[in-house]
Amino acid sequence: MTTLTLSRALNEGLRKALEANDKALIMGEDVGKLGGVFRVTDGLQKDFGEARVIDTPLAESGIIGTAIGLALRGYRPICEIQFDGFIFPAFDQIVSQLAKMRYRSRGAVRLPIVIRVPFGGGIGAVEHHSESPEALFVHTPGLRVVSCGDPADAYTMIQQAASSDDPVLFFEPKRRYWDKAEVDTEGGLAAALPMDKARVLADGTDLTLLCYGPMVRTCVEAAVAAASDGRSLEVIDLRSLAPLDTETIFASVRKTGRCVVVHEAVVTGGLGAEIAAEVTQECFYSLEAPVLRVGAYTTPYPPSRLEEFYLPDLDRILDAADRSFGY
Amino acid sequence: MTVKDAGRAARAGKRATDSRAPAREPEREADGAELIQLLTPEGERVEHPDYPLEISAAEVKALYRDLVIVRRIDFEAIALQRQGELGIWASLLGQEAAQIGSGRALSPRDMAFPTYREHGVAWCRGLDPLKLLELFRGVSHGGWDPTAHNFHLYTIVIGSQTLHATGYAMGIQRDGAVGDGGEAVIAYFGDGATSQGDVNEAFIWASVNNAPIVFFCQNNQWAISEPLERQSRTPLYLRAKGFGFPGVRVDGNDVLACLAVTRKAMQAAREGQGPTLIEAFTYRMGAHTTTDDPTRYRLSAELEAWKLKDPIERVKQYLIRTGQAEMSFFDEVEAEAAAVGSRVRTACQRMPDPEPVSMFDNVLTAPTDQLAAERDGFAAYLDSFEAEEAVAAGDRR
Repeated sequence: MTTLTLSRALNEGLRKALEANDKALIMGEDVGKLGGVFRVTDGLQKDFGEARVIDTPLAESGIIGTAIGLALRGYRPICEIQFDGFIFPAFDQIVSQLAKMRYRSRGAVRLPIVIRVPFGGGIGAVEHHSESPEALFVHTPGLRVVSCGDPADAYTMIQQAASSDDPVLFFEPKRRYWDKAEVDTEGGLAAALPMDKARVLADGTDLTLLCYGPMVRTCVEAAVAAASDGRSLEVIDLRSLAPLDTETIFASVRKTGRCVVVHEAVVTGGLGAEIAAEVTQECFYSLEAPVLRVGAYTTPYPPSRLEEFYLPDLDRILDAADRSFGY
Repeated sequence: MTVKDAGRAARAGKRATDSRAPAREPEREADGAELIQLLTPEGERVEHPDYPLEISAAEVKALYRDLVIVRRIDFEAIALQRQGELGIWASLLGQEAAQIGSGRALSPRDMAFPTYREHGVAWCRGLDPLKLLELFRGVSHGGWDPTAHNFHLYTIVIGSQTLHATGYAMGIQRDGAVGDGGEAVIAYFGDGATSQGDVNEAFIWASVNNAPIVFFCQNNQWAISEPLERQSRTPLYLRAKGFGFPGVRVDGNDVLACLAVTRKAMQAAREGQGPTLIEAFTYRMGAHTTTDDPTRYRLSAELEAWKLKDPIERVKQYLIRTGQAEMSFFDEVEAEAAAVGSRVRTACQRMPDPEPVSMFDNVLTAPTDQLAAERDGFAAYLDSFEAEEAVAAGDRR
């Protein structure tokens, strides 16, 4: 075991992925000499060369479009989109080409491409640097969408994503890049939880808190706070957003009877709405209260001086829990 | 002068010289741009100093056969659409030479990335025309294996495939497959696509990576109803200069010129000399697709003028005037084309619809639990109708 930041854990995971398969490539803006604006790819170009760690022109559609071509040639590109809000120039290539080409080819084509996206707010950034667009990709058949919530998962999940033969959108909680934790970098992937499974982080009996990415730490803290108030919250890190590990979700809700979904993304049309519908349908007779959502208001991301009011925090999560218990 | 030297000279902006070049003013289009031409609309063979072409009678006859057959397939497909057998068809009428000339310039190991109108290139690559009809009939979205003929799937979103082609070319570089016996990529697109961001990004990526790729733009003058003036104030081939690689304009209705120009550009790419933009100056003789009505936006006089530049007729005239083909040859080709057309027609009419549950296949490499549940639920739902029908039939008895 070694103590790593989430950013460093990703770096170590990417290094393992490059070592594991010589067809694996890293490509993106500033990923080479600079090591990425968050240093996630630090040192990789030096060790693996410019042919495998590619500083690309500043064009997101170009990154994904050429990654598709490289994959058609047998390569396994791991692309970085520098910030969440910059993924939209590549949206067409992701939605219309990456997600659909296997289907279009009746299975003849496979596109093992990972798209890493630092996402979410909380770092005091300017516009377009704090967004949570994951639901748009969850809504697109043909993609796997995952998010890591802590350094240990960051290390294993990036390797699992890199070894997947399906396209994977990999959302990284950018405000947690500097969080530290123990990571087992000696053990292989075989013992790791599969990428498409949720993880129960804290057992509880009174209410299920569902979260992913940057909200994982906040929800764990909320559960600790609630415990001091005599409430037992079960915290589940979803990890995989598409597909959802509904088995784990339903088992928990059937046990607790209450469910709150927490994400930074806008609640309207978001993943919480999808989960609420699924839980209502499958756990209807177990529910003591409606499924509640805690997320961003239906506004564009506000100027950063307001983000503490906009983003879900411990108090808003506990407030939602109280409302659930009020039914 | 080797091909490599010629490529270098062209890149240095110098005109390569060839002792065989006749003293002839190059063909020019209305915008003043030179047009590479080796066979005039009247069927007269002309030389171009940069594009010497040694070609046998058998090879010219083979090109003629290709041109006639793909026009026949296109004709049959339009008829099949009119009869309700196809949902839509994008005709290649008028663009046969651009597609056959460029398509026959490729080696088997080269990779082609088409739009949705490259039926002639598909023919050259050996793809069964029925695969194309499947798409336009609504039986599949294409569904062929791109590696089977090194012919990628049809791409419908305008310009997207130019980036895929460029990435593939970057893969060729990483495989060390540039140089002697190297491989290259050809990316097809139209005049309208040159306005797309993806095409411009592809030019940039190909240029800065010196990728082994040829950008083959069929300028058929019309992007549905929009004439070229809506896309560009500069001749399209000149755009390449701004991106840092050579561009040429070729008579897109001249199969020999398209063959020679594409051959040279592909060879340069294979040898590591980087990308070339070829603008094949041609004309979309038909509608954009079978749902389009060009009489709303263009004059018939324009069509009549282009009819005189027909890509097939000039090859026929050339073969006749040089005595390289007997009349019986043309009859044989006609008969073969009719046979191909007949086979395509019959097979299309007999093409079954896919099984309903097959729509759940190949979303991912393996179905997720959710998708498997949706598929099973759908299958059970379909079965429930059959069960009800069986009960109803029992009641009636």
